Amino acid sequence: MVVEKVREILLKTGRLSVPVEQLADDSDLYIVGLTSLATVGLMLALEEEFDIEIPDAMLGRKTFASIGSIVEVVQRLNR
Amino acid sequence: MELLNQTGISQKAFDELLQNVHKIGEEVIRPNATDVDAKARFPLEAINAIKAMKLMGAYIPTELGGMGLNISQLALICESLGQYCGSTAMIFAMHQIQVACAVNHGSSNEHFRNYLKKVASDQRLLASATTEMGIGGDLRQSICAVEVVGEKFTLTKNAPVISYGLQADDLFITSRRAPESSANDQVHVVVSKQDYDLEPTMSWDTMGFRGTCSEGFVVKSKGHIKQIIPAPFADILSQSMHPTSHILWGSLWLGIATDAVNMARAFVRDMMKKNPNAPQTAALRLAEVHSVLQLMRENVHGCANHYEQLLKENNVELLDTFSFSVKINNLKIASSSLIIDIVSRSLLICGIAGYRNDSKYSLSRHLRDAYGASLMVNNDRIMNHNATLLHMHRGD
Repeated sequence: MVVEKVREILLKTGRLSVPVEQLADDSDLYIVGLTSLATVGLMLALEEEFDIEIPDAMLGRKTFASIGSIVEVVQRLNR
Repeated sequence: MELLNQTGISQKAFDELLQNVHKIGEEVIRPNATDVDAKARFPLEAINAIKAMKLMGAYIPTELGGMGLNISQLALICESLGQYCGSTAMIFAMHQIQVACAVNHGSSNEHFRNYLKKVASDQRLLASATTEMGIGGDLRQSICAVEVVGEKFTLTKNAPVISYGLQADDLFITSRRAPESSANDQVHVVVSKQDYDLEPTMSWDTMGFRGTCSEGFVVKSKGHIKQIIPAPFADILSQSMHPTSHILWGSLWLGIATDAVNMARAFVRDMMKKNPNAPQTAALRLAEVHSVLQLMRENVHGCANHYEQLLKENNVELLDTFSFSVKINNLKIASSSLIIDIVSRSLLICGIAGYRNDSKYSLSRHLRDAYGASLMVNNDRIMNHNATLLHMHRGD
């Protein structure tokens, strides 16, 4: 399941102030402390894990805003 | 984003408007610029002349009583004003940045539509309280929080800098959404003069941009919850405040640089008249600085046109990308560096006449203003930000 993998990666790279298991799929990750530097680590890990390359047009704040939005992007690119 | 009329006015009407801006520049703004700078006082005559032209509503859509200029046209006005008085142009730009936030993120909301109508009809002056004591310049964090009881709120902020705070009619304040919110869960709140008190904490006695009167205050404000802009501040910042700030600031810095080069040009011409056989060194330096000015101008205009296009398309996805942020940051870094370079080169051309405070070629104010550009929103902070964002950039 993509969502479980994403949660696992987020746990390793997100450096969030709240345990990932406590977050809903639509929780705002920035509000729980996702920084731009942590986003870099998150992006690199996602690309590695799912063997995808997120294009510039999708590399924005909204893509990494929630677990749900990350999953959506991964699924779109993984097709 | 809620875009209304971003198409701008016709080229002919705009040319006429710009001519009138230059007219008040020559007749009102420049004659007062030295005094404004010397006394670090608010450029009242200049702002009154700008209000008389109804320019406070320049970016407000025509259906709300404004002029309906687009961002490129607004940038050209800042550029023109910058040629006469950096502080006046800066105040004008900072006002328009707040207007843009309200237009782009509030125009479909009844309260903010009425508010914008009032700004246009009464020519209200809008100021901003973004930075906060204890946080520094990071706009994406707040300590203060909106405290809501029923439909009313109170908000107290310790702001080290509120430019023209005492002269403004309304304040745009960033704060946390609620006392329990995290530091970056922010909203943008608009309060009017009768609903806030300013307790002065810090004076403004600086090298440049002295007329902006950017003093520090503790703001104590109250209002109705409908005065909170509905969009999250994160969206307002990335889609409106960040690009508009750097485009308008870059434009007025370009205006200051243009005036410095104009002075250098006039100086070289004067020198040629007096002594046609003098060595051509100054003329050569003029040729050099002129090419740097063109570089700065094309970069500022290019970014303004790009942003205008994205607004026209309502292209929120692209506005939210890291690559657009990087581009806007690059504009800031380049234009704030080039203004120092250009004014310094112009000073070399004008020589001691430029160095004097009492000569018609004096570049003292231009040079002191120029150094402010890289310090306000510090370039080092911006470059660190780009260093991170560039890890997520695929290449141009």
